Amino acid sequence: MATLAGAQTSTYAGANAWRVILEWLTTVDHKKIGIMYLWTAGAFGLVGMAFSLVMRTELAQTGTIISAETYNSIFTMHGSVMIFLFLLPIGAAFMNYSMPLQIGALDMAFPRINALSFWIFLFGGVLITLSFAAEGGTASAGWTAYPPVTLDTGNNAEPPGAGMDMWLIGVILLGQASIFGSVNFLVTIFKMRAPGMTMWRLPLFTWTTLVTGLLILLSTPVLAAALVLGFIDRNGAGGAFFDPAAGGQPLLWQNLFWFYSHPAVYIMILPAMGIVSDVFGVFTRRPVFGYRSMVLALVGIGLLGFIVWAHHMFTTGGVFLPFFMGATFLIAVPTGVKMFNWITTMWRGSNIFPTAMLFSVGFLMLFLIGGITGVFHAAVPVDFALHDTYFVVGHFHYTMSIAATFGFLAGCYYWFPKMFGKFMNEGLGKLHFWLLFIGVNLVFFTQLLLGLDGMPRRINDYVANPGWELMNMLITIGAFVSAAGMMVFLYNVFYSLKWGERAGSDPWEGTTLEWATTSPPPPHNFDSLPEIRSERPLFDLRFGERLQDDPHYHVNNGHNGGGAKQSSASAREEG
Amino acid sequence: MAASAIPHKRVHPVRSFLVGDEPMTTGLWGIIFFIFSEIMFFAGLIAAMLALHSDTLIWEPTNGAHRVEGDHVLPILFTVLLVSTSIPMQFAAFAIRKGNRKAMLINMAIVLVVGTAFIINQYFEWEHAGFGISDGPYAATFYTLTGFHGAHVIGGLVFIFAQWLRGLLGHFDAKRNTAIEAATLYWHFVGFVWLLVIFPLVFFLS
Repeated sequence: MATLAGAQTSTYAGANAWRVILEWLTTVDHKKIGIMYLWTAGAFGLVGMAFSLVMRTELAQTGTIISAETYNSIFTMHGSVMIFLFLLPIGAAFMNYSMPLQIGALDMAFPRINALSFWIFLFGGVLITLSFAAEGGTASAGWTAYPPVTLDTGNNAEPPGAGMDMWLIGVILLGQASIFGSVNFLVTIFKMRAPGMTMWRLPLFTWTTLVTGLLILLSTPVLAAALVLGFIDRNGAGGAFFDPAAGGQPLLWQNLFWFYSHPAVYIMILPAMGIVSDVFGVFTRRPVFGYRSMVLALVGIGLLGFIVWAHHMFTTGGVFLPFFMGATFLIAVPTGVKMFNWITTMWRGSNIFPTAMLFSVGFLMLFLIGGITGVFHAAVPVDFALHDTYFVVGHFHYTMSIAATFGFLAGCYYWFPKMFGKFMNEGLGKLHFWLLFIGVNLVFFTQLLLGLDGMPRRINDYVANPGWELMNMLITIGAFVSAAGMMVFLYNVFYSLKWGERAGSDPWEGTTLEWATTSPPPPHNFDSLPEIRSERPLFDLRFGERLQDDPHYHVNNGHNGGGAKQSSASAREEG
Repeated sequence: MAASAIPHKRVHPVRSFLVGDEPMTTGLWGIIFFIFSEIMFFAGLIAAMLALHSDTLIWEPTNGAHRVEGDHVLPILFTVLLVSTSIPMQFAAFAIRKGNRKAMLINMAIVLVVGTAFIINQYFEWEHAGFGISDGPYAATFYTLTGFHGAHVIGGLVFIFAQWLRGLLGHFDAKRNTAIEAATLYWHFVGFVWLLVIFPLVFFLS
């Protein structure tokens, strides 16, 4: 006892620093693990952005600055780092941090497995990044790693070396971390909810965590199967799985890979959608329009996400086109429901626009463009024309990359006061938003046009076709404007950590349970919980008594009519 | 809320059989979700085997090795043995639900012995296969599938052995037996997957 108290009050700063480091290294607290995910994923995100700037510098004008091999390596690492080390773990960061708070839980169901997930993720990430030091450089087959490019078939001039194996093993580890994480999320949501927190009262972000967890649980193992087959193919089987010359099938890899990687785009975008839903529910000062339809649309996206993977393979000639075209069109329906609900939530809301809300509205705009261009691709003839052009690059960056990033940035601004007890600077936040919004639209809308003009992706040089040089220069300028925006964000984070305005426990007048505890929350999360009688327990706490007699006030109370339960609950309190 | 309901225990026969009538613990939920992910992993591998078999020019081992008829006897015998260890494992779970630790330990010992024998037989199967992992799609699939399944059997055996040692130390009773239930579910999964792995592997060669 004495040592603990002594260390905390010790004037010997060195001992304290070690104690803090040791505490973070050994923590099993979901909040600390979430914050560690946030820092790590953020750092990897900056690395991925640096790669994109290298590519844009190369493509700004015709002529080459870096070799084709280096370019291959850079775009491979850009995709791999951004997807596996930034977008997926940053979703895990928010799910770790906020979901247990939102359901009023003490911690995750398996705190030590939660810590294990993080450290496996970090190890896998470091392994992939270290492949720069490997003989033959990093993996350079694209983040999709299509064989036979990944194999030494005897035909490729520079067969991939140890970097490819490090990539495969690294992604297997990341997948393992994801699976452990998803088991944790699911059990936590099913078993650890506070009394009164029924499934139909879960905040929408928690619902997205649930559906994301199911997607991870059922799709990631298939990627793991593909990756171990790929690894065995390179190290022993001699191409028997994926090299046609040895009896293998390249399409087999594509089927297994996209069976994971299409649901993976929903694994990236759904948590962002959940954040945006919660943000709308707070800053429009209205309940989110159509809570139930939001949940059903979410589940619909999750289910349909499993039967559309082959739309990435239309031009291979190896898939049944009509089915996958129809299924892909269908997925626009639940997505459209969500768009409708978000817009309808803002309609006649008492909207206020702090940075978190700005990023949410930005998310809607970017996701709309990305979603509509996605429907273009769903049509097989259009896809045949546009496959492997910059149109595809523009489309998927609009949806899963930049729209998801906007959602996560909204989450940063929204939950920063909860995580660190301080507001992020609003002025810098708005500067960040406008720089990034203008920058990414310059990049990705121009890429759509460039793709319509026929410029292929994944090349390091191009001929001076009319318009291509101008558009490429515009994209590069946009990339640097976006990067400047992210530098403003980075400065804002450190500025706000040090000098940010103090935030109370409920700075935004939130509606969900995480705002019922202090900022930052104590290790055990809650000293006491409010009564949970709807999906907005804090709103009820604030206004419940006043609205008790209002006939227009309706609490979403599960399957039964809300009013009856509400009154019986209050009657019980009075009696 | 005048009429207070009489406490009524809802018992579903399948649930009751598999995990007993006690409330499901977080650990049990965890292992069930984890098994689902394992099923998807093997689904990926088995789908790869089916795809390769249905649509490849080269399937049989390229070094010309062929298994003779008698070679099927041992694999089928050990298949029956492995799958039937689900029964003593389930009996172990039944026993500890009643608080009978001794019967649980005996049943788990049977599982451990037979499971280890299965792994030893797998070693000899690999020794006598007559083809290497680089001898075409069938050979590569054979080693990958039996290898990953074997790793899961070993994992299950380690899991069960650890719980068996805990049982010797006096852990587990009628109320606290999540690890035994979890090991039982995992062992059922290992046996079930073996059926999905072995039958195509045996029949696709002939």
